[in-house]
Amino acid sequence: MTTTTLDRQADAQTRLTVIDCDIHPTLRGGLDNLLPYLPTRWHEHLRLYGPLMHQALAKTLSYPRMQPGLARLDAWPPEGGVPGSNLAFMRRQHLDPNGVEFGMLQPLGPGPMQRNLDFGAAICTAFNEWQRAEWTGQDQRLRGAVVIIPDDVEAAIAEIRRVGADRSFAQIAFPPRTAEPPGHRRYWPIYEAAAEYDLPIGMHVSGFNGHTLTGGGWPSFYIEDHFSNVQVMQSVITSFVLEGVFERFPTLKVVLIEGGFGWVPALTWRLDKHWARMRSEVPRVKRPPSEYIKSNIWFTTQPIEEPENPRDLLHLIDWIGWDRLLFSTDYPHWDFDDPKYVFKVRLTEAQKAQLFRGNARHVYSRLG
Amino acid sequence: MCVDIRPYRPIDCDIHPAVPDFGALVPYLDDYWREAARTRGFDRLNLDLTSYPPEAPLSARPDWRPATGNPGSDFGALQAQALDHFGARFAICNVIHAAQTLFNADMAAAFCRAINDWQAASLLDRDPRLRASIVIPWQDVTLAVAEIERRAADRRFVQVLMLAQQEAPHGKRQFWPIYDAAQRHDMPIGIHAGSAYRHAPTPTGWSSSYLADYVAYGNAFEPALLSLIVEGVFVKFPALKVVLLESGVSWLPAFLWRANKTWRGVRSETPWVNRPPADYVRDHVRLTIQPLDAPPDPDLLETLVEQLGSDEMLLFSTDYPHWHFDGDDVLPAAFARDLAPKILFENALATYPRLN
Amino acid sequence: MAKHVVAAIAELAPGGVKVVTVNGREIGLFNLGGDYFALLNRCPHAGAALCDGQVMGLALSDEPGTYRLDRPGEMIRCPWHGWEYDIRTGQSWCDPRKVRVPRFDVARETGAEIVKGPYIAETFPVMIEHDYLVVDM
Repeated sequence: MTTTTLDRQADAQTRLTVIDCDIHPTLRGGLDNLLPYLPTRWHEHLRLYGPLMHQALAKTLSYPRMQPGLARLDAWPPEGGVPGSNLAFMRRQHLDPNGVEFGMLQPLGPGPMQRNLDFGAAICTAFNEWQRAEWTGQDQRLRGAVVIIPDDVEAAIAEIRRVGADRSFAQIAFPPRTAEPPGHRRYWPIYEAAAEYDLPIGMHVSGFNGHTLTGGGWPSFYIEDHFSNVQVMQSVITSFVLEGVFERFPTLKVVLIEGGFGWVPALTWRLDKHWARMRSEVPRVKRPPSEYIKSNIWFTTQPIEEPENPRDLLHLIDWIGWDRLLFSTDYPHWDFDDPKYVFKVRLTEAQKAQLFRGNARHVYSRLG
Repeated sequence: MCVDIRPYRPIDCDIHPAVPDFGALVPYLDDYWREAARTRGFDRLNLDLTSYPPEAPLSARPDWRPATGNPGSDFGALQAQALDHFGARFAICNVIHAAQTLFNADMAAAFCRAINDWQAASLLDRDPRLRASIVIPWQDVTLAVAEIERRAADRRFVQVLMLAQQEAPHGKRQFWPIYDAAQRHDMPIGIHAGSAYRHAPTPTGWSSSYLADYVAYGNAFEPALLSLIVEGVFVKFPALKVVLLESGVSWLPAFLWRANKTWRGVRSETPWVNRPPADYVRDHVRLTIQPLDAPPDPDLLETLVEQLGSDEMLLFSTDYPHWHFDGDDVLPAAFARDLAPKILFENALATYPRLN
Repeated sequence: MAKHVVAAIAELAPGGVKVVTVNGREIGLFNLGGDYFALLNRCPHAGAALCDGQVMGLALSDEPGTYRLDRPGEMIRCPWHGWEYDIRTGQSWCDPRKVRVPRFDVARETGAEIVKGPYIAETFPVMIEHDYLVVDM
């Protein structure tokens, strides 16, 4: 079959509205833009020493991307600044034309990854103030994420308590790569606070924790770095489930952002199969893993899976559950999904309503 | 209802005989290592692996667990339970041993050599149905190649064995002399579940349970396979086959889709990959069927088989004595319907030329 | 099918890209060393404005670890997901048989010829002393 034109015209014409569960506001010119929100005690520190992370390059990702700024080439604002840094341009290019009813922000700052925990906590707080001042305070459609540094549990909880009542924040931004797997008990006080505020834990692929990108060592190429997001998310689920986090916090919601979802059924089946054999090792886990996955974990849709037979997308979602997926674009990044063209298979109106809006409304209690 | 596989005289591509104890290897060590073993007390070392705790439920099905000794260490039981019972034509032995995890490469090489000598004498010589993978000291590629060359003339060695998690991803060029030797000698590379624990088994760190590690062993095949593809191993070694042993199987279709999708956008970083990744997998990669990480839903299994997109990818295995199925329920009916001869023996004959 | 005057040749230097609209459809015009090509400005993968992408050469290799840059400036890489298209044929490099951008024939016509004949001149003034690009679509 030759694809010469797109055939998804109908959605474009019926004025689709979406809840975009992954948008990346970006600092216009790097951490210097954070200075107004950072206590002066940290200004000299930032200038002299800068970020200190678990990698060789101080200010750049270890696996350079294929496009500048990780971004779609057309997302550089004509007014200047990097992609994602200009709200007016974001409105013109994305929020308005793509019918974004609500946009969930994921600022990917270096705060959570700092080896200097105090510095990291200060950056996280600054990012949260920056979100309020320059994004959620400027556009009612946007919702922030409370950025925290989980490896300083006290600081993380303090930050959640500091801003948690502000309804412009709709979730907690918890990097999936921390010093220990996220299900470990050292992080449980954070989940307790999250559950108390009814703030989902939003885990967006990011973070460096000093562990190798794969359990078999460091790969060479960007495609492998991109793919490792799958193994990150697989181990996040395994950790949450097998540590019994959802037994302890049954109302906790976890959203896995930008890891894709094609791998979810096989992982679910593997967990169920081998837990059945070896459940005696993990007595805190009272129910089959699939039950927790289907009650406490959600997945954003981007990067959308593209099976060789497009109809296999329907099988995937049948197996995962139509209530589990949250539409996202990842604006302004290069592997952006446009809501008009994202599903290459026909969905019913009810399915579209769930994926584009309904499931997000169920997960995020601070919309509208 | 189980499929009766015995009429097909299946080829079991993954069984685990165990070296019963270090003493079994001593006769095959040279003077230096025999003395070291004696004076350093190697025979008093417990060489149990984190990857396969002998008493863990998964390590042995209850009716396959020997009364004494580690799972797989009772040869008579192995013959009766794995070979006789399933009517095996051949069974390929994949020995998982501490030697594959040591940091001292010379020690690893000495032990691997002894293990392979032991396999020849204690397994291959004792039952004509048995074949073996060459256990190699991947820790030093020169020594690994030497071990492959040493075994090449014995055609009962049919594969070169590696673990799914070692020090560096499998596609890296430093390992290429191993693939060169394997290809020259018509042997596939067998990558088996398990870890040398050079790194945390997941990118989020060290879990607190064996179960979590075992789940991660399945996930580990994805970066291993992706590395082989994008580093160009199948371009450089066009005749090489790779067998993924004890991987879980059901993860593969989503892997193929994602690999193809991402490759289209980042192709120019690895321009020698000039076909979609899924094509390389269908041509070069095979998977053993146990464990099969999927519910026993016939429609679902049939969909999975379709998504694999090739009749030639699945290889029958029991994974004896690991516990992945009960009774004789080793081959799902959905797989057997059209594919029984291929899965049970034809694909193995095509994958392992030295079986012929 | 009809012929549309879309640009003066002087507006499209070698290596350049010019996006024009014809009958509500955006097309990108390319000048590859004096040969002209036109592609629909929409990536068949997921709808991006293809001609906003980077014009590039084609990275090839016969041997892992070696790199060769072929056909400089003859590929366009989609600004979103990075799919590479051959400007000359519209074919996707990675999936040439199944994925293709619609392409349109481009001819250069002198002004004198355009004034005669059943051509539809768009918004460009017709000047006899200039050459024009004409797209058949």
